[in-house]
Amino acid sequence: MLWKTLTYCGWGRVKHAKGPVARPERASTVGQALDDDAGPAIGNCRSYGDACLNNEGSAINMTRLDRMIAFDPDTGILQVEAGMRVGEIARIFAPQGWLPAVMPGTGFATVGGCIANDVHGKNHHGAGTFGNHVTEITLMTAGKTQTISPTKSPALFKATVGGLGQTGIILSAKMQLLACKGDVMTVTERRITDFDAFIAALDQSQSTYTVGWIDATATGEALGRGILEEGETGYGLVPQKKSSKSVPFDAPGFALSKPVVKAFNTAYFRRVPASGRTIVKPIQDFFFPLDRIHDWNKLYGKSGFMQFQCVVPPSHLDALKRIVEKIAHSGLASPLAVLKRMGPKSAGLMSFPMEGYTLAVDFRADRKAYSLIAELEEMVATAEGRIYLAKDATLDTKHVPAMYPNLPKFVAAAKKADPEGAFETDLTRRLKIRSAS
Amino acid sequence: MTETWIILGATSSMAKAFARAVSLQGANVLLAGRDLDDLHVSAFDCGQRGAALAEAIPFDARDANGFDAIIQRARQEEGMINVAVFVGSMPPQAEIDLDPSLIDGVIADSFTGPAKFLQAIAPEMEARGGGTVIGVGSVAGDRGRIGNYVYGSAKAGFHTYLSGLRNRLTRSGGHVVTVKPGFVDSAMTWGIEGMFLVAPPEKVAADLLNAVKKKKDVIYTPFFWRIIMGIITRIPERIFKKMSV
Repeated sequence: MLWKTLTYCGWGRVKHAKGPVARPERASTVGQALDDDAGPAIGNCRSYGDACLNNEGSAINMTRLDRMIAFDPDTGILQVEAGMRVGEIARIFAPQGWLPAVMPGTGFATVGGCIANDVHGKNHHGAGTFGNHVTEITLMTAGKTQTISPTKSPALFKATVGGLGQTGIILSAKMQLLACKGDVMTVTERRITDFDAFIAALDQSQSTYTVGWIDATATGEALGRGILEEGETGYGLVPQKKSSKSVPFDAPGFALSKPVVKAFNTAYFRRVPASGRTIVKPIQDFFFPLDRIHDWNKLYGKSGFMQFQCVVPPSHLDALKRIVEKIAHSGLASPLAVLKRMGPKSAGLMSFPMEGYTLAVDFRADRKAYSLIAELEEMVATAEGRIYLAKDATLDTKHVPAMYPNLPKFVAAAKKADPEGAFETDLTRRLKIRSAS
Repeated sequence: MTETWIILGATSSMAKAFARAVSLQGANVLLAGRDLDDLHVSAFDCGQRGAALAEAIPFDARDANGFDAIIQRARQEEGMINVAVFVGSMPPQAEIDLDPSLIDGVIADSFTGPAKFLQAIAPEMEARGGGTVIGVGSVAGDRGRIGNYVYGSAKAGFHTYLSGLRNRLTRSGGHVVTVKPGFVDSAMTWGIEGMFLVAPPEKVAADLLNAVKKKKDVIYTPFFWRIIMGIITRIPERIFKKMSV
């Protein structure tokens, strides 16, 4: 059958949707589903909030369209179906000396999802976003299929990259892979004592891949302490660890309570010797550290969790420090907190990245977290920063136009591609993105 | 020496997962089916995943005239020739009730088509002194039920055919695995009411490879279907005839 009524949710499990979902196994069936009941494409639903949901409407699950279509070993241009997972591309191509030029924090993200959210990775400061390496997209809108690229229908291309699925169904994409030496990472880990030192270290880092883990429970002198990880790809032999583990049931509330997180973070900080260290690990362990624990989102218990991710321009660094401070004093943070330098590049009208520093922190979804996040969002808005829509479940609509200055252009392009609003999602409705003027 | 796998009905999700699994081992794969556009993409995909050779080739279970071309293509490769049969069709029983002529198609897709193919290729396998046939049947073939007894009886016929073919090919060093999948998470079961314990195609593919390696004769996948079907086949007919399971 074409349709199945499903209840599904974003990765954070705070937003849910119920509706008919089609899961085509051949490209030819996608058009059939669109003719029948047009709805947005979804992938592995790794966006945290409601970007991948269409409550009471239909959705087209693209995960079964996950094949490689063409590859040119001379240029490194790979064409894949939209449902192929980024981690799968890395697994197959790294031993041959190629990697996706940009990889998000989970290898389970599909190529379609990476484009629709114009995701970034640990090399954003140098490489830009995922969309910066996409050379062509095959896009299906109600009624027609077209190929678009940065030079062919550039307006539609820019509205599709980072376009939250609003311009149609991404069937396949061509992307430029990045040459690498092999499937091993050399990683240098270093303790960083506080926030200012962290910013300095991020600014000075010369590495291709750089990411900071921060202890979001540390206060006072230790505020913003953490570990800086710098990585380069290389050739070598590292034994692959055994099979992945999974979280079988919802964890109880105390699993991520304040004392547990504080103790965990201290241990995690001390794991790296004071002198720092350089280690080698398989690329998957560096790029997708949490993928080895299946369903780790259940660790936050039944009520789910939210990720607050913002980017703040360098001119408002003081605001970012106050944000970290506020989080640390709230005692609500989980161990998952990441600080990164961002470069200026992005590929779409609605792309999240901008020059500055990005902070991402997970919170168990409870009343206190909602009010804290609302305050943080206010601070980000004042600091002329942005909230990442792929993670968002809470943003106030009023902030969207200032955070995303290309919104009017995007609205016009989306309206042209999808006049009926068939590809609206719970996120675009909640934030009134398509009706913004 | 590189083995060749002829995969009949290669567009199904179970076949796709299996083709990927044998590609990873470096085999030759001939992807046979009706939708060649789709199969060309699958062939490229298998090649990238490690298949020594991957080609799409036309196959229609209802048209035996096309079978020889596939056999000739496989003959060009050295090494053992293996066949994995994933074809079958299951129109809703209610449609068959309205139009009994649909039965011919179901029997051709699920039983006589693949049987004719296997019959034609068996001498080549015997001449090469080995090779494996995987025949995908169904738990529906273990007992006729009100919901799908035409499909079930076609599969039952196929099971019996496979059992005989096993008896034959064993003598020349070959082997036949009969596979009885329960519910597999595919386009065939998507959105159908009453599905439970649905297995991902990758899991089924792993079970198939394991069965080939261990020379199993008849497997249920996932394994617990052996227990479920053990119970269902033991229900006395005078009770079973009144049930709708």
